Amino acid sequence: MSLLWLRFALACYFIGLIYAFFALTRTSELFSRIALHAASVGMVFHFVSLVELFLSGQMVWASMRNGESLLAFFSMTFFMIIYAIYKTTSPGVVVFPIVFFLTFVASVDEQPVLLTSFVSHNGWLVSHIVFIFTGYAALMLSFGASLLYLLQERRLKAKRPSSLISFLPALEVIDQIGYRSLLLGFPFMTLGLLTGSVLAILMYGHVNFLDPKFSLSMLTWAVYLIMVVTRWNSGWRGRRAAVLATCAFVAAIVAWVANYFSTIHRLAS
Amino acid sequence: MRYQLIGVNHKSAPLEVRERLAIPESRLPEFCRHLAAHPGIEEGMIISTCNRVEVITHTANGSADLRGFLHDHFQLKAEDLDPHLYELREKDAVRHVFRVASSLDSMVVGEAQILGQVKEAYATARAVGAVHGQLDQLFNRAFAVAKRVRTETAVGSSSVSIASVAVELAKKIFGTLQGKNVFIVGAGKMSELAARHLMAHGCVSIFVSNRTYDRALALAQKFSGQAIKFDDLYDSCDRADIVITSTGSPHAIFRREHGEQFLSRRKNRPMFFIDIAVPRDVAPEMAELDGIFVYDIDDLQQAVSSHVSDRRKEAERAEDIIASEVEKFEARAHTLDVVPTIVSLQDHLETIRQAELDRLRARMGPLTPEQELAVEALTRGIINKVMHTPITTLKSAARDAEATTVIDVVRRLFNLQVRSKETVEEPTPKKSEVGTQH
Repeated sequence: MSLLWLRFALACYFIGLIYAFFALTRTSELFSRIALHAASVGMVFHFVSLVELFLSGQMVWASMRNGESLLAFFSMTFFMIIYAIYKTTSPGVVVFPIVFFLTFVASVDEQPVLLTSFVSHNGWLVSHIVFIFTGYAALMLSFGASLLYLLQERRLKAKRPSSLISFLPALEVIDQIGYRSLLLGFPFMTLGLLTGSVLAILMYGHVNFLDPKFSLSMLTWAVYLIMVVTRWNSGWRGRRAAVLATCAFVAAIVAWVANYFSTIHRLAS
Repeated sequence: MRYQLIGVNHKSAPLEVRERLAIPESRLPEFCRHLAAHPGIEEGMIISTCNRVEVITHTANGSADLRGFLHDHFQLKAEDLDPHLYELREKDAVRHVFRVASSLDSMVVGEAQILGQVKEAYATARAVGAVHGQLDQLFNRAFAVAKRVRTETAVGSSSVSIASVAVELAKKIFGTLQGKNVFIVGAGKMSELAARHLMAHGCVSIFVSNRTYDRALALAQKFSGQAIKFDDLYDSCDRADIVITSTGSPHAIFRREHGEQFLSRRKNRPMFFIDIAVPRDVAPEMAELDGIFVYDIDDLQQAVSSHVSDRRKEAERAEDIIASEVEKFEARAHTLDVVPTIVSLQDHLETIRQAELDRLRARMGPLTPEQELAVEALTRGIINKVMHTPITTLKSAARDAEATTVIDVVRRLFNLQVRSKETVEEPTPKKSEVGTQH
């Protein structure tokens, strides 16, 4: 049943996905409202799916499918918080496709479960997942904001007449969204890595620094740190910030994919 | 649909005439009361703004003396006023009200203020009882049409003057202008105008620099700003988010290296340069820097003209919406016009039926319940069949906008006294009618 609710959510997010492609070429207040409402309804289904999974006792924190579903939900929550503050749906251009993809992957098939002996350290595991997913969701928004910043900057510099009626919010608003996501996400990502390391020590007695999951996660964190520092000290925006955000995001995706190759994070069949 | 409208606007009358017709807000209720009491007027309201004064009424016979009302209430001679007046009736009046509310008849097409002003005028007239019923319908529809135009077209989304384009661009960069600083370089009239616009939108402080320090000082005082010596320009310029420059310098005064300095000191926070000098004050290379946005006079002009043409296109779409809405409104109004006649016709025939039944009972004595039912069904069936054709004709005439003629014929044929429309509900076909019509 939980999977059914998730598929309903997926159908709603599909509207968001269409909006994301549509918004890049045209401005439509109506479609933006439709996408927002669809996303809200999708979140409700998604929430019901997660709650039902949890109450039925089938919630396996270390399952890839549940993880992807949870990450998609966290990302949508961030999107909604941003909408509540800034009244803009434009981050959806980046968030909706990613959320759709994550929900799609989570809803199509049964997937392998991470090492089941994690369960014996459930408290650490839940903290690790919540922290790291919050960090990922914030990073996703920060990445989205830096792309939108670049797009808006280009439009304004190109002096196209359409720049005045574009769907994008003001440059400084996009900048604030990105910066705040960055500041919020960084401590969570740090805590996520720390709890992950503690978990590894509890499991194996040491941290394997050469493990692809660990090294790529550290790389993501390092780029994240560079983003925070350069922004804090020199106010890096625009192209340079977008390059960094893209690097951090790509590193995060690779780190995610590394779940399939990692020895400490390896998957049990 | 006996709407009648008279008025002047920015296109039909010069400011001197509009000024003399303008009604202070405090006196608007009194004028509305007088209007509603004017002979031949059932309902009335007045829109009085700096660009228009319009009297909109629903009249008893469609030809009230609105010019007389204006002559009586304003100290203007007929020969001074009449050439500037436009007078519209029925469908044309409806279309005009829709266009005004949708800001298609405004001096700056698409500006949002007019809808608020029309709503206020309507509320005032309603509060004093000058609007009740027909004008309610017209204006409620007009507000819905205005909303539709605003939602479905982009007619209200762009500006038309250089100063307002500059403000919109600044908003696209900074979001809100609250708390932003403006730097004027070269104390020209156009810079002053742009600065005034920016201040009106929330910018807080102004710095002015000019080769002649006294002129900088004079302009700074106008805005309670701060005058900066021209030699200190590069040291102070990064304090501003928006720089308006219009010096007479033959060479660019802002070059790439200046931009780099400003950005470094501002920690890369963006700066917006509005360069209205010819030749330009800002070197094109400076615009290549991330975080520096430069719009020169040609860019601004281009934005203005493209917006004017965009608006024209959008206004054409809006006119199509209004045309279809006027048709719908007219059709509905005509349908409402035939309702009292249909109700009167039903009442009239029902009275005849009851009278004939009473006569029958008096002649034949009491009927058995079965007989009562049979007679009731028979007479009702006859009445419904008789009524079917006139009612259908009335309803279809309403759709074809021939209602007035057909109503008149039916009233004469059946000698009907029509009740006032406000007291009549739209008739719903009786169950027995449905079964007997075919």
